[in-house]
Amino acid sequence: MYGLEALTFNIHGGYLEAIVRGYRSGLLTAADYNNLCQCETLEDIKMHLSATEYGPYLQNEPSPLHTTTIVEKCTLKLVDEYKHMLCQATEPLSTFLEYITYGHMIDNVVLIVTGTLHERDVQELLEKCHPLGMFDSIATLAVAQNMRELYRLVLVDTPLAPYFSECITSEDLDDMNIEIMRNTLYKAYLEDFYRFCKKLGGATAEIMCDLLAFEADRRAVNITINSIGTELTRDDRRKLYSSFGLLYPYGHEEIAVCEDFDQVRGVLEKYPPYQSIFSKLSYGESQILDKAFYEEEVKRLCLAFEQQFHYGVFFAYMRLREQEIRNLMWISECVAQNQKSRVHDSVVFIF
Amino acid sequence: MSGQGQRLTVVPTVTMLGVMKARLVGATRGHALLKKKSDALTVQFRQILKKIVSTKESMGEIMRASSFALTEAKYAAGDNIKHIVLESVRSASLRVRSRQENVAGVKLPKFEHFTDSAAADSKSPSDLTGLARGGQQVQACRIAHIKAIEVLVELASLQTSFLTLDEAIKTTNRRVNALENVIKPRLENTINYIKGELDELEREDFFRLKKIQGYKKREIERQMVAAKQYAEEKLAGEVSLQKGISMNAAHNLLVAGAEKDEDIIF
Repeated sequence: MYGLEALTFNIHGGYLEAIVRGYRSGLLTAADYNNLCQCETLEDIKMHLSATEYGPYLQNEPSPLHTTTIVEKCTLKLVDEYKHMLCQATEPLSTFLEYITYGHMIDNVVLIVTGTLHERDVQELLEKCHPLGMFDSIATLAVAQNMRELYRLVLVDTPLAPYFSECITSEDLDDMNIEIMRNTLYKAYLEDFYRFCKKLGGATAEIMCDLLAFEADRRAVNITINSIGTELTRDDRRKLYSSFGLLYPYGHEEIAVCEDFDQVRGVLEKYPPYQSIFSKLSYGESQILDKAFYEEEVKRLCLAFEQQFHYGVFFAYMRLREQEIRNLMWISECVAQNQKSRVHDSVVFIF
Repeated sequence: MSGQGQRLTVVPTVTMLGVMKARLVGATRGHALLKKKSDALTVQFRQILKKIVSTKESMGEIMRASSFALTEAKYAAGDNIKHIVLESVRSASLRVRSRQENVAGVKLPKFEHFTDSAAADSKSPSDLTGLARGGQQVQACRIAHIKAIEVLVELASLQTSFLTLDEAIKTTNRRVNALENVIKPRLENTINYIKGELDELEREDFFRLKKIQGYKKREIERQMVAAKQYAEEKLAGEVSLQKGISMNAAHNLLVAGAEKDEDIIF
């Protein structure tokens, strides 16, 4: 299991791995969540969070607290931690860390492109971008008047350029559905990330490929379920599936022709890891599938911490933090909207 | 008469009385009609009020559901889904149209929503929003918010009608009250005044007639007396003629006698 890289891992990666494991112990525990779920107001939530690592980020917030503020501040903490790690990282860890944020980068690019097409103000758009997906030349995205120019002038310089050139010809850019473009890019990104992890080898490859395969399969399932009843054709649908993962290639063939949720379920129940997810859901119940997938993902991400000397922990940590922010968002929304009975519906306990 | 209340300054004539009576009849009829209108409006008003209450109650529930649907969408599709949806919107597909409805002569504005098919067609790409994650929740959120908009439009329509109707009812009631408490008493006072004046005139006439009649009577009596006297004289004359003494001679005698003798009266 341990390759030779275990001997030399600590030379470059030891410090950061220590840091990330330290960060991990700062994640909210089930006890914290239980306390948060008891809260009556957002002020109570702030008080509970002040005892955790989020304390310094929330303590100076003026009193009428909003859910968005809490989420914003928690994201800020994640971004700060990420930037700290990125500064300390050496190759190839720094590349690996950058890869983690490409997903957000794709979202931001798509957001700005959409906004530009509808002639919105760039500055306003920039404020709406996810802070993890920012890159230097993002503001110039709005300069481009049409899609071809956009690619030629701006996207070439971004890390996303290969994905654009790889899967989207400039003719496509003009008349392509923006959501399909987003998903095509994301597919290219996942495949690239997968190749990169394979190249790193050792425990990193083993763990990351597993996580990415799960991610790819989840996307495939979600795309299928969400495209039921829309005008997305089967061929288009299959083009959006990433070419790796447990479902690849035979599962993709089957899942691409599914027309309702129960057919998807029938396909996925052939795969033992997903059988457990679907066995929790009763028939026709697609609403809580998201939560089931999140739970499975969290379980897998937590397992990544069980091994040492690999980069998967960074990926796992970022994802867990994002899940934690989602949980906090859910709890505070429930508290703010007086829907306390639903609090437990979507909170995924991490530990 | 004028101390009892206001009255119109009119010349108390029979013609005026006729005019005034006609006006009173008009005012009474107007009052009855306005009263009916006000009742009809009040009925409508109550109905709208009832609807507003029920709509408001359901609105609370629907708004809560829709904002919670947004939370669910945010949870499933990430916080940024809001911006993604916002940026991909071209024009509103759900629009509000206003028209007027006539209730007892009051024009009530009514709002109704409709789906702009052109905008809805151009919007269909957003059906793929959240394709990779949370697409269903986004759709659910959209449906929930459309429902919320429907309720809001209905409520807006009701509230506007409520205000307009309120105003109309106030105006109508003011008119009813003005007719009942000011115009009608004033007309009645005027009529009474005219009648009084006419009566006065009549009495004066009567008195004058009485006076003239008395005068005439006295005159007649006097004439009767004169006639009687004359008749008597004539009779006496005739009698004396028969007796051979002319009345004149007798008279002359009497006159002569009277002239001569102071003591003799006749």
